[in-house]
Amino acid sequence: MVSLNSYLMLGAVLFSIGAVGVFTQRNALIIYMCIELMLNAVNLTIIAFARFLNSMDGHVFVFMIMTVAAAEAAVGLAIIISLFRNKATVNVDEINLSKG
Amino acid sequence: MQLLIFNAFCVGAVVSALLMVTTKRPVRAAMSLVATMSFLAGLYVLLDAHLIAVLQLIVYAGAIMVLFLFVIMLLNVEEKEGKLAGKTMLLQAFATVVVGLVMVTMVGLFKANGSLGAAGDASDAFGTTKAVGQMLFTEYLLPFEIASLLLLAAIVGAVILAKRRIDDSGTE
Repeated sequence: MVSLNSYLMLGAVLFSIGAVGVFTQRNALIIYMCIELMLNAVNLTIIAFARFLNSMDGHVFVFMIMTVAAAEAAVGLAIIISLFRNKATVNVDEINLSKG
Repeated sequence: MQLLIFNAFCVGAVVSALLMVTTKRPVRAAMSLVATMSFLAGLYVLLDAHLIAVLQLIVYAGAIMVLFLFVIMLLNVEEKEGKLAGKTMLLQAFATVVVGLVMVTMVGLFKANGSLGAAGDASDAFGTTKAVGQMLFTEYLLPFEIASLLLLAAIVGAVILAKRRIDDSGTE
């Protein structure tokens, strides 16, 4: 039987990899994918807790997180498309319109 | 047996996640993310969350990643997008170290606070479509309806943001 700690550690490792990706990548699309990875790591943690506490409320939470992730992906990608149309780049270093 | 499957999925998920954050090509990153999500779906099955495992495959690995791939193809981004300046490299190294320290702290907390006892055998209904659906339509009915409104708002927002303005479409 796999212990709860193993699942939590895997969740922590995946979340950290996603966070490193957000900091190191310069392509807006890949940054979005890293955010999705972080959401997935949190989902794994919630599902693991749901199983070990023997309560199914966690499954409903994960369902809601998936809904929000889908909405976020649709709107975020639309923003990236209109950004690309205006600046012809998706490199976040060159997108500095609101820099003071 | 369960430990063996867990270890295999675990290694697969971490390796494909690492591949994703180290590559410069968006398509390669998307494919690695699909692999990570599939491995996570396997882990959900190990945790008796059957409905969530199927949803993970259909919604995440299917719908959301196809959306990503469509956008990558639409934008036709050149290879040079990944080039980095010297100053950014330093910042990146710093960020990586900070995130590593946060991770070490998290793992330390798990070790210090102990664990819940081993889960017993789940009941037959645990994590099935019927059981989760029953909760969704009774206890969590209001959040469910709000989620549908959120999706509607996202659809309208995505169309408004991504469509061309009529005056710059060039066909007036």
